[in-house]
Amino acid sequence: MLADPHLRPPQRVTAGRSFAQRVSAAHMAWELLLMLTSREIVVRYKQSVMGFLWALLMPTLVVLAGLVVRAVLARLSGTAHATDALAAMVVKAVPWAFFVSAIRTATSSLTANSNLVTRARCPRIVFPLSAILSALFDLMVAAVPSAALLVYLGMPLSWNLLWVVPLLLLLVLLVSALGVLLAAANLFYRDVKYIVEVFLMFAIFFTPVLYEVRLLGEWRAWVLLNPVAPLLEGFYDAVVRGVTPDLGWIAYSAIVSMATAVVAGLAFRHFEPAFADRI
Amino acid sequence: MNDVAIRFTDVSKRFRRGEKHDSLRDLIPSIVRRLTGRAISLPAAERDFMALDHINLEVRRGETLGVIGHNGAGKSTMLKHFAGIMVPSAGRIDVNGRLSALIEVGAGFHPDLTGRENVYLSGVILGMRRAEVTRKFDTIVEFAGLEPFIDTPVKRYSSGMFARLGFAVAAHLEPDILVIDEVLSVGDFIFQQKSLQKMREIARSGATVVFVSHNLKAVSDLCRRTVLMDRGAIVADGPSAAVIQTYLQRERAKTQRSRDVDVEITSVIMSRDGREAAQFQSGDDVTVVVSYRARRPTAQIAVVLSVKDDSLENVFYTSTDALPNTPPVDLAVGESCTITFDLKLHLATGTFHLGVYLHRTDIDRVFDQAVPAATFLVATDPEVRGAANLYPSVRSVEMNRRASVIPSRGGAVRSPQP
Repeated sequence: MLADPHLRPPQRVTAGRSFAQRVSAAHMAWELLLMLTSREIVVRYKQSVMGFLWALLMPTLVVLAGLVVRAVLARLSGTAHATDALAAMVVKAVPWAFFVSAIRTATSSLTANSNLVTRARCPRIVFPLSAILSALFDLMVAAVPSAALLVYLGMPLSWNLLWVVPLLLLLVLLVSALGVLLAAANLFYRDVKYIVEVFLMFAIFFTPVLYEVRLLGEWRAWVLLNPVAPLLEGFYDAVVRGVTPDLGWIAYSAIVSMATAVVAGLAFRHFEPAFADRI
Repeated sequence: MNDVAIRFTDVSKRFRRGEKHDSLRDLIPSIVRRLTGRAISLPAAERDFMALDHINLEVRRGETLGVIGHNGAGKSTMLKHFAGIMVPSAGRIDVNGRLSALIEVGAGFHPDLTGRENVYLSGVILGMRRAEVTRKFDTIVEFAGLEPFIDTPVKRYSSGMFARLGFAVAAHLEPDILVIDEVLSVGDFIFQQKSLQKMREIARSGATVVFVSHNLKAVSDLCRRTVLMDRGAIVADGPSAAVIQTYLQRERAKTQRSRDVDVEITSVIMSRDGREAAQFQSGDDVTVVVSYRARRPTAQIAVVLSVKDDSLENVFYTSTDALPNTPPVDLAVGESCTITFDLKLHLATGTFHLGVYLHRTDIDRVFDQAVPAATFLVATDPEVRGAANLYPSVRSVEMNRRASVIPSRGGAVRSPQP
C-alpha cells in the first residue's frame, strides 16, 4: 500500500514487555471480555419485559415449526409419527438458536461498538467474542427447561450424554471463528450483515434441524459437509438415542472448525490495525 | 531511552480520500470497472493526504505536554496514535510504561446500566483490573459527588453528572502515561476546577501527561511544553507561553487574505497601550482597529464586532449602527475606511475570539466577515470563570454556631410541614 521510499515500515513498540506483563495483558483482556458479556446480558434482560423468556422464544418457535413440518410429512408419507419427534426437535433447536443469534450479534458487534473501537485501546477481538458468550448464556438459560422436558419425555440416561460437552465446545469454536471473521468483514463492508441475515434464514434447510440426516438416505453425506450438521446430529445421537455419535463426521467438523479458527484469528490480527481508520 | 516515555520516530499517517467502499454493493462494480480498465484513478498525491507528516517527537518521563492547533490540524489523529488506537502508516512509536487514554468522557457507558455498573465497565475498558475498580470504587464515586445516585441508570443522569462520573473513573487510573483529549469543557465550574486540580496532581505524581485541547488557558496552566500542529506537522515546539503566542499570531495572519467581495476587511488589530497584544488581564482597556476597503462602489456599510467564547458562542456583540457617531459609510472603488473601537475587557478567564462582520445597514447582505479575526487569552485575578467578570469579592462571613435541626437528605427539597 505504501510505496513511498521515505517512509519506514510502521512499528509500535511497548518497551520491556516481559512474560509477566503479557500474562497480565491477557488477564485484562479476559476481564474486559467478561465485563462486556455481562453488560450485554444485563442490558438485554433489563430492557425486555419478558426477561429470561427471550432466551426460550427462539428455540420454542423452531421446535413448533419442526413439529408442524414433521406432522405434515408423516401424514403425507403415511408413516407413523415418530415418538421421539419432540425430543429431537428440542435437542437440536437449542444449539441452532444459539448458532443463529451468536452469528447475527457477532457480525455487527464491531460496528455496534464503534465508539469503543475508535476511542479505547483494547484487543478488539473481545467484541465479537462477548457477543458469542452472551448468546451462549441464552443457550444455558434455554437448556434448563429443555433438560427438564427431555427427562419428562423419558430420554435414556447413559454415559453418552457426556458427548454434549465436547460437541458444545466444538460448536462454540466454530461459531467464534465465523463470528470473528464476519465481524471484521462487516466493519469494512457494511452490507455483510444483510447477506448474513439471508444466509441464516435459508441455512435451516441445509442443516438437519427440522429433520434427521438418516431420512435423506444417499443424500446424507452432502448435508453432513455443512460443519454444523455433524454436531447437531451428535447432540441428537447422544441425548435422544443414547448412542455414540458418528465420530468420523465429528472429526471432520472439528478439523473444519479449527482451520476456520486459525484463519479467522490470523485475518483478524492482520486487519485489526485498520479498524479505527475504516469504521 | 529510560527517561523517555513516548518517542515518535518519523511517524506518518496517510489517509485515502475520495473513492472509499464501505459496502460490497459499491466494491463489486468498482472491481469490475478496474478489471475492464475503465476506472478513473487519481494520482497518488491527490488521492492521499497526510494526516500526520513525518512527526518526530520525544516526551520525557514526568513531562506534561500540550498539543494545540485548529480543527483538522491533526490533533485527534496524533492523539489516537499516542493512545495506540490508530497504527501509523509508517514510522515507529515507542511507549515506555502503562498508558491510559481518555478520549471521550464516559466512553463505553451504557445508558441502561446503573452508575455502579458503568463504573466497573468503564474502568475495565480504560485498562483497570476489576479488583482495582472495587478497591477505588468509593473514592471514584466520592470524587464524582454521586453517592446518592450511584444505583440509578445513567440515562437518568444530567449531562453534567454523566461527565463527572466518566472523568472520575479516568482520573483514578494511576497510569504512567495519561493521554487526555478535551475533557475540561464538561461539567460545571466546580467540577472543572476539580478536574484541573486532579490533572495537576497526576502530573505532579510523576506521570507523563499528554493533553490535547482547544482550551489554550487550560493548556498554559497545565503544560510546561506545548507543540503546535498544522496540516499534520509539528510547526512549533517549546515552552507553552511561546507556542501559544505563535499560534495566536498565525491564526491572525490567516484571516488577512484577499477574496472576491465588494468590500473586504483588510485588517483587524487588537492592542493595549498602543501595542498589539493577544493576552490580556480582565478589565484592560483594549483598542480594536478594523480597516476595510471597497473593490466596487458600496453604500450603507456597517461594522459588527463580536466576542465569542471557545465554543464560538457570542458573549458580546455590537454594531456601528447602534453606536453613536457612526453613520453608515458609502465607499467608491478603492476607498477605504478605518474604525477604531474602544472596549473594556470585563471578561472571565479563558480563550476568546474576535469576530468582525461588514454588512449593509438593513442587514440584507453580509459583505465580508472575519471569524475569528483574532484569538486572545484573558487572565483574571482572582480566577473567575464563565463569560463575564463581575469582580467578585467577599464582604463578610457570618457563622451561626447554634446547632439547629437539619432535614434529612431525602427531605431536603420538600417544603416544611406547618
